[in-house]
Parts: sequence; C-alpha cells; structure tokens
Amino acid sequence: MDANATTPLLPDVLAAMQPYWIEHFANASSIHQPGQEARRGVDHAREQVAEFLGCRAAEVVFNSGGTEGDNTALRGLLRAGDHFITTAIEHSAILTTTAHLERVGVAVTRVAPLPDGRIDPEAIRSALRPDTRLISVMMANNETGVVQDVGAIGRVASEAGVVLHIDAVQAAGKVPIRVEEIGCQLLSISAHKMYGPKGVGALFVRRGTQIESLVLGGGHERRRRAGTENVPGIVGFGQAAEIAQKTLADGALDRLAALRDRLESGLLARIPGCGVNGNDANGGTVARVANTTNIRFDAVDSEALVIALDLKGLSVSGGSACHSGATEPSHVLLAMGVDKARARASLRFSLLKTATDDDVDTVLEIVPAAVERLRALTPAFAGAGA
Amino acid sequence: MSTQHPVVHRISSGEIIAVAMSGGVDSSTVAAMLREQGAEVVGLTLQLWDQNRLAGKPGVPTRSTGRCCSLDDVYDARRVAESLGIPYYVVNQQERFERDVVQPFVNDYLAGRTPIPCSLCNNHLKFDQLLLTARQIGATKIATGHYARNEYDERRGRWILKRPADLAKDQTWFLFGLTQDQLAHTLFPLGEMTKPEVREIARAGGLALADKPDSQEICFIPGGDYKQFIANYLDEQGERVPDSAGELVSTSGEALGHHSGIHNFTIGQRKGLGVFAPNPLYVLQIDPTSRRVTVGGEAELNRPSLLVHRLNWIGIASLDAPRRAEVRIRHSQQPTAATLEPAGDDRVRVIFDEQQRAVTPGHSAVFYDGDEVLGGGWILPPETTL
Repeated sequence: MDANATTPLLPDVLAAMQPYWIEHFANASSIHQPGQEARRGVDHAREQVAEFLGCRAAEVVFNSGGTEGDNTALRGLLRAGDHFITTAIEHSAILTTTAHLERVGVAVTRVAPLPDGRIDPEAIRSALRPDTRLISVMMANNETGVVQDVGAIGRVASEAGVVLHIDAVQAAGKVPIRVEEIGCQLLSISAHKMYGPKGVGALFVRRGTQIESLVLGGGHERRRRAGTENVPGIVGFGQAAEIAQKTLADGALDRLAALRDRLESGLLARIPGCGVNGNDANGGTVARVANTTNIRFDAVDSEALVIALDLKGLSVSGGSACHSGATEPSHVLLAMGVDKARARASLRFSLLKTATDDDVDTVLEIVPAAVERLRALTPAFAGAGA
Repeated sequence: MSTQHPVVHRISSGEIIAVAMSGGVDSSTVAAMLREQGAEVVGLTLQLWDQNRLAGKPGVPTRSTGRCCSLDDVYDARRVAESLGIPYYVVNQQERFERDVVQPFVNDYLAGRTPIPCSLCNNHLKFDQLLLTARQIGATKIATGHYARNEYDERRGRWILKRPADLAKDQTWFLFGLTQDQLAHTLFPLGEMTKPEVREIARAGGLALADKPDSQEICFIPGGDYKQFIANYLDEQGERVPDSAGELVSTSGEALGHHSGIHNFTIGQRKGLGVFAPNPLYVLQIDPTSRRVTVGGEAELNRPSLLVHRLNWIGIASLDAPRRAEVRIRHSQQPTAATLEPAGDDRVRVIFDEQQRAVTPGHSAVFYDGDEVLGGGWILPPETTL
C-alpha cells in the first residue's frame, strides 16, 4: 500500500533488462559492434519513452531519475535575477532546489494550493512578472494524488512566453501524459515509480529549449547529460514505459480506482473521526490518480500508526521522512491548510496496480483496529466517546 | 552470546519489547541480549533535537557533529538493528523534547537554578513518551540500556528500583521520577552487569560499536557551552536573554563587583567570577529577584539541610513520618546519611548527618535505603537568605 514510494519491476521489464548486464555489456558510446548492440537497446528505449510522452525520441534525455530531472530543469535554466514560479506542494527535489536558487539570487513565488489540493491556473497567471523565466508545477501530487490542470497552466505559460517544467514523476503511468497537449518545454519522469528500475529516469526537453547540463563530461545524450549510459536501466525503463502505455488504455486503472474507492469508503465507514485530504467543498473528490488516497484519522499520531501497521505487515506512509528517518508532518497537507495535528494524523495509501480485493479487505481489517488501539492510548481522546 | 543473565521481568512469547536504541554500546547490547533470549524486539530511536537547528549561530559550526540524535548515532543504531534482524524506527519527538526538556532547561538557568536535562528527558521522553509510543505500536514493554535494577516486591505491593551491580555506572540518580506503571513495564537488562561485561557481550555478538566511547556531555549542546546555547536558542525564538545583571556580594552583603547575568552561575562555581580575593571565592547563592549572586569561602558552601518538592516515591508510597535514609544530591556523589522529614504538601526536608557542599537548586535529591531508591524530588532554593 505504498506504491507511490516505489514499485517492483514487472517480470517483462526484468526480462528486457536481462541481456544487457553480461551479454550486451558494452559501452553504448563505443563505435564497435558490441557497442552498437548496446546502443540499439538505448535507442529503442528512447523511442518507447518518446511514445509514452508523445514527443520525438531526440527530445528524451535519460538521467538518474526524477530528482535529477527536476534539478536539471531548474538549475539548467534559472540564473540570478530571474523570477521563478512554483507551488508550495512540490516534491522536495523541487522545493530544496528552489530554496538553493533563492539563496543565489533567483526571485521565487510559491503559489499556495486551494484547500482541496488543486493549484488554480489563474493563481499562476497572477504570479507572472516580466522577468519570469520558468514555471514548475507537479502534474500529480505524491501525497494526495490530486491531479493538476496542467493543460490550463500550459496555456498560461505559453501566453506569457514562459518556459514550463512539469514534474510528472507521480503522474507517469497513472494518467496519460502528452507533452503537446500540456504545452510544456520540460517534463521529468522516473522509471521506478512506474514498475521500472531504480536509478533511471528521463527529462523531456522540447527541441530548441536552451538548457545547461548539470553533469559535465562526455558528449552523451546529445551533450545534455554526460556519463556512460545506464544501459540495462534505460532498457528496463523503455519496457516499463511501453507497458504503462498499454495499461493506460486497457481499463486496468478503472479497476484500481474502484479498489481505491472501496478502501477509502470502507475506512470512512468503519472509523469515526476520519476524512479524506483532497476533497472539494461538496464532499466529493477532485481529480486524483487512481491508486492514491490520503486519509486523516483525528487524534492519532500517524508516525506510531505507520509503525503499528508495519508490524502487522501493512506498508503505508505518513508525512515525509526527515534526514534521520523520523517523520515530519506533510508540507503538502500543511500548505493545503490542514492543521498540524491533523497533518500529523494523516496516512497515505497508494495501491500497486497488482492490488486485489483481498488486499483491500486486509487493510479494512487491520487499520480500524490499530486506530482504535491508538486512540484508547491517547489521553486526550480516550473516553471522548468517539 | 551464551552468557545468561537474570532478568527480573519474564518475557513471554509473542510479547513485543521496544528497545530504546541510542546507537551506543549499552542499548545495542540490550537489543542483542533480548533477541538472544527469544523476545520479539523492535528498535526505536527517539529523534529529539535537530543538531543543525542552531547551525551558523555564534559558536555553532555550520555542520554540527554533536551527539544527540546525530546521523552517526542513528546510523549505528540502524546497523545494529539490521545485524540483529529486528524492525527499527526513528520516532520524531522533537516538539515534546523542546517543550519538556529544552525550554525548562533554559528557564531554570534564567531563574538562577542549575537544571539536569537528563532527568527531565528520562521522565518525559525516555519513559513516559517511549512507553506510550511502544504501546501504540503494539509492544507491551520497553527496555533501555540504563544501569539500574527493578523488581516487584510482593510484600509492599510495589515495583522497586535498585542500584545496579556496577555501582560505577549507577544511573538511578537520573531515574528517580519513574512511576509504578513505568517500572512495571520497563526492562533494565544491564542491571546485573558491569560495563566491561557489556562490551564483551557486544564484541562477542559482533556489534561493530563495542568499543564506542560513552557519551558524557549534554546531548543537545555539543561542546557544552550552555550559555551560548541559551543565547542562540532565545535568538532563534526571536527573544533576547533577559537582563539579569546584578551585584556580586559577600555573605555580609558587601558589594564586591558586578555580574552580567544570573544564568552564568551555578552553586559552587569558582571560575569566571571576575572578583579578586585573597582566598578562592565560590558562588553560594543566586537570588533571581534581587539578581544578587552571593559569594564566599569554600567552608560557607556547606549546608546542613535542604528542601525538595515535586516528589516521586518508588520504594514507599509516601513519607508520613521522619525516617533515616541515604541521599545523593548529584550523580557523582555516593549516598550520604540523612534524615527525611515531611515538610508540608509535596515537600520533604533533608537533614544531613554531615553538612553537604554546594546544594544546587534545580538539581534533584534522590533518597536511598541501601541499594534501593525510595524516591526523590527537586531541590528548592534555600529557605532563608544568607
């Protein structure tokens, strides 16, 4: 129940990677034939990822993952004196890089989300300045699953003539990504969030977008990212992208959404004093990826709940891990206006696409009992009658 | 690790025991011993303070190397847990530590007292909070690496706390605040052991940190400059160290000089008084109201009695009549004979057989009957001025 943290390799992905560890081990930049064999794997993967994003193969720059893509987009483009617009609910790969850029002279506007977790495209427009150089917005939030209207944000950006970067790491494989429809110049994805290997990802760089490489060295990736290509990883990523593309079309996500909805309504029905983070004012939910729900359990310390559930064999996430591994309340929920106590009392459930009805039943059995146990031990809540 | 040591608590099968793991050799050995005895062990490390929080302020390196909750200690604890094959978690208790330990520490100094943060931490974090967290995650007991012994005395119907086999490592002075519930649910597996034996077990068990040095300093003040810490902490809170400058006076009330603030002094202090005198002068008394710091000769440091409040009783339910006991007013001191007298609501007067040097308000006085801890309390300022 923690698929947004990472996913396992699909067997077909592993099979695709297999020949590239020992058999086709050559350096893809070598001119000899074994090198060409490795190059063939990389080029094929580049086409698979291009197909997945709806772009040209030449616009796909392979890298080490989402964090590198985010860093490259921001640091490869922004210079002291530029203005940069992002949001308060981004992943730390964006937020930490933003704070760094701010220290070296980039002016930053962080747009706050609506209470339901959406970013209002008009709030982006209002933040525009003549010196705005880049806008960066995540497509789907890792904690709430809320999907942003990136098409509308793309129109705001293109009308203003500002470069747009989309952090699509959590969206990839969960909602269709067409870079033409979004109208972005840059977009980051990562293989391990979509049943591919860890340590590989890609940055879409629209043709003609001037961006500096963070990693300097050889002329790999058309001089946009130096370093010997991670051939097995890239091949696995390509295969994962191809499978994800099919999954988006074959109704598997509808099945996943139904499971998620059953999990969510089941928890709400069985546990008093809980609610969904990422709701609209009418109690319905805003557009979310199919596999994610974020639930607050009043008067529960989610850090203890995560551990209690883990010891029962159920993996979930609550807040974000700080440097030591301790949990901090989610900055996403805090930005949405959720108070600190409730942010601390929230858990993210994110389903693998292999999840079953049995998995949901297990959650519905374990979680209510664990929450009840915690509440009985919480001095302020015990005896409060709920 | 075949050495069998008596553990007063019996561990029943299926019972989960949460071990407070600091990354040091003592608590690591506790985890290893309990694992060896077949207990289901979960390792917990309390994240209490962010060592980088005051980084960059005067006297604080930009990257701290302090002990408390440092990444090195978390790493060491995690490696031990990994080698033992036990689940391990870092629990964020920074807010509670700041509220229950750091703020009282600062306030004590500002009020002319000399606090013992370790006792506050034991009372509030290492036992109260840890036992709560342990229960929340489904454990029934906690175990720590303290050198102390506890057992149930059927005759009195009370859990009692005793000094450990290794008196050189005795930590009972810091543990006088333990409640009956805490004692009933805490294991001190090192109580019967000596430190060399513990290191031997750690070595035999292959724990890499068997020779790690003991920690000595106040964990959240690496380097030990508490005055600088107070100034930095208040500065971070947007406050200043309150002006408590005043006069240095002799016991006869004669002004000898000025001081820059009462928090710079502790009873018995000789250095840094800024007064020239033929014989060494010591701080005898700190009066927060008049801001007067009284100094005098070494002989004048001796006190025949003291008053304590905020009592906790362990070996006895209450003190209803005067009784004989042995008392320690600092960790480094051997128990010394005294008479305890009830002195009103939640107060006890301690009358020493022999006068005691440097009775320090803010410290604790812990009462013993032989090996056993009867209870203790916090030392009040003297009843009459000098």
